[in-house]
Amino acid sequence: MRLKYLALTAAVAGLVGVSVPASNAFAKDSLFVPLFTYRTGAFANSGIPIANGMHDYLSMLNARDGGIGGVKLDIQECETQYNDAKGVECYDSVKNKHPVVIGPWSTGITLALIPKVTVDHIPVLSMAYGLSAAAVGADFPWIFNPPDTYWDGMSIALKYIAEKEGGFAKLKGKTIGFIFLDVGYGREPIPLLNDFAKDYGFKVKMYPVAPSQMQSQGGVWLGVRRDRPDWMIMWGWGAMNPTAVQEAARTGYPMDHFLGVWWSGSEGDARPAGEAAKGYLSLNFNAVGTNFPAIKDIIKDVVNKGKSQTPKDMVGENFYNRGVVNGVMIAEAIRNAQKITGKKMIDGSDMRRGLETLQISEQRWKQIGLPEFAAPIHITCQDHDGHGPVYVQQWDGHKWVKVSGWISPVKDKVLPLLVDAAKDYVNKNQPWPKRTERCDDGTL
Amino acid sequence: MMHLLYSIFVDPFVQMGAAPDLLVQTLWDGLVSGVLYALIALGFVLIFKASGVFNFAQGIMVVFAALTLVGLAEHGVPAYVALALTIVVMLVLAVGVERLILRPLVDQPEIILFMATFGLTYFLIGLGELIFGGDPKVMIAGQLGLPSGSYRITMAGGYVQLQKIDIAAAIIASLMVAGLGILFNRTRIGRALRAVADSHRAALSVGISLEQIWVIVWFAAGVVALATGIMWGARSDVSFALETIALKALPVLILGGFTSIPGAIVGGLLVSVRQKVGEFYWGSLVGGGIESWFAYVIALVFLLFRPQGLFGERIIERL
Repeated sequence: MRLKYLALTAAVAGLVGVSVPASNAFAKDSLFVPLFTYRTGAFANSGIPIANGMHDYLSMLNARDGGIGGVKLDIQECETQYNDAKGVECYDSVKNKHPVVIGPWSTGITLALIPKVTVDHIPVLSMAYGLSAAAVGADFPWIFNPPDTYWDGMSIALKYIAEKEGGFAKLKGKTIGFIFLDVGYGREPIPLLNDFAKDYGFKVKMYPVAPSQMQSQGGVWLGVRRDRPDWMIMWGWGAMNPTAVQEAARTGYPMDHFLGVWWSGSEGDARPAGEAAKGYLSLNFNAVGTNFPAIKDIIKDVVNKGKSQTPKDMVGENFYNRGVVNGVMIAEAIRNAQKITGKKMIDGSDMRRGLETLQISEQRWKQIGLPEFAAPIHITCQDHDGHGPVYVQQWDGHKWVKVSGWISPVKDKVLPLLVDAAKDYVNKNQPWPKRTERCDDGTL
Repeated sequence: MMHLLYSIFVDPFVQMGAAPDLLVQTLWDGLVSGVLYALIALGFVLIFKASGVFNFAQGIMVVFAALTLVGLAEHGVPAYVALALTIVVMLVLAVGVERLILRPLVDQPEIILFMATFGLTYFLIGLGELIFGGDPKVMIAGQLGLPSGSYRITMAGGYVQLQKIDIAAAIIASLMVAGLGILFNRTRIGRALRAVADSHRAALSVGISLEQIWVIVWFAAGVVALATGIMWGARSDVSFALETIALKALPVLILGGFTSIPGAIVGGLLVSVRQKVGEFYWGSLVGGGIESWFAYVIALVFLLFRPQGLFGERIIERL
């Protein structure tokens, strides 16, 4: 009987061990940094390189510097499969282990966590994804979405198109097609797109792609052939991206008029179409390649020592480096929080203050071994995003090539809309807690 | 109201008349997708015919087969050798399934076998990720001799574009369907298979080897999964996302019947053509994106009138 009980206990313990991250190995002398990742499931192709970049950068800091400010980072991944319910399960499994920050890596999961973390006082860093309106620090003190919201991204895409057409006024009478993954993420920029369409007199054609149709877009692209939009903008993810690029090529759509958001521009998105994808454009906010001291340190201290899950030849690819940017933001915010509070062992509240005053200047990017890797990041109490510039890259048949300078979002248009959207969110989610958190930079 | 009625009953037909090239293109795309849907449905039908079990693992078998092929090629194995080795892997899988899952469950209720295929699915997901990782891979369509490029046929001031790979897919799928149809309808194996489907015990009592039959159908389903993986993988990439395409076969099965090979083909074509035409001409009325659920509506309506599907066997249970 006793043996049976022991066996049962062992089996249950085994199961728990599979679904929940292992217990805090560094315990009280480390900072717990859970990473919500997806290495399995239908979106793994996009999730894996990002998870690798993020994990490897933080691991490199542990190996090279002994952590941050002398404190090791306890990095643990929780697998979400890009599934909202699993993401919330991950959150519930880590929230009592004193995480310094949560990175949901999914707009859907972020939307589900916003009300929870606001009550639990755990900061969320949703880097260039999530709820655009969360950039308004007065209403969302616990959410951060630098360097750009999706609304910024859409305004930049339209600004680039307008530039190519000869100015915003020239967009009048044109048709812009919007192909998007039909989930919270893909729908997020639609209000801004419609608003621009109203102001500048262009027509918008919507092409939603359900997750179950990601790999079967023939009908959608037939619609594109019928409607003949002058430009196509894509908000895709996972297998939707390479399929759309291939279908566009098959349809004969001019690839240099097909522009993806920064989540539709990995090598894996363009590579399956190869030469046929030549000309395809996407937004980007980080550099591609390995020619950076910090990336070389990652290769030396993590990849070459067998502590990374990434194949060496994929280090430096676009989404890997995107993960590195996320790792840098986490690390710099921890460093900043330690500086502000004078504590080495910071908690979620301290981290929130670190994020709220996060500044990564051009000089700082250089100091951390990533010169010109990304644009400077400037977050304040008021503005949790920074609304930084991004650039446009183009697939040359084999690799991404930078084809524009840094383009800033149309802030005059985006910022007032964000404030309205934040107010709208607060009104619809009453009773929404009023901000009581102290502001370190005095902007609130 | 008038505008809505016009959009439903008049405008689509005006569009068809105004741009017949697009109508032909829609029908062609529907036919090609239909053949590919039929291929997926066929995998389900084969196993259902032999064991009365809906094989939940069919989708992951597609992924597993495609990943094995591409994974071997990535390790420098020539394309045709990789193809042959993948077929061997699918045979080993069929034998493994029979030995480790089906044999111990002989004569168990069908729901138990169905649940076992759930287990098999998650096992194959884990095994696949362990061996191949989750990174997307590019299908080796060119190395396998599959054509690229397209034919452009000018018509009515427009054009119809026929992708060469779609034509190849249609031919290969048709040949496979015909071959399997002959194997299961005109041979002793086919008769044995139907006997096994009716009753495990009765089939055993007349000397039919359950083990052999199960290995044969699971192997055949594995080969069909490989062909499906190659065709769909060539249109996108080879990743675990391919698993979701198995869902597309469900309405096809409802329409065609779970036990009929011709049903899988006709069902695939009917579902796909209606889906494409529906999405293209009526989809914008509801904001587009109806392809994902429209097929199920067709299938549900069909269920009301013919629950056993177009060619399925009518099940009469006497009390």
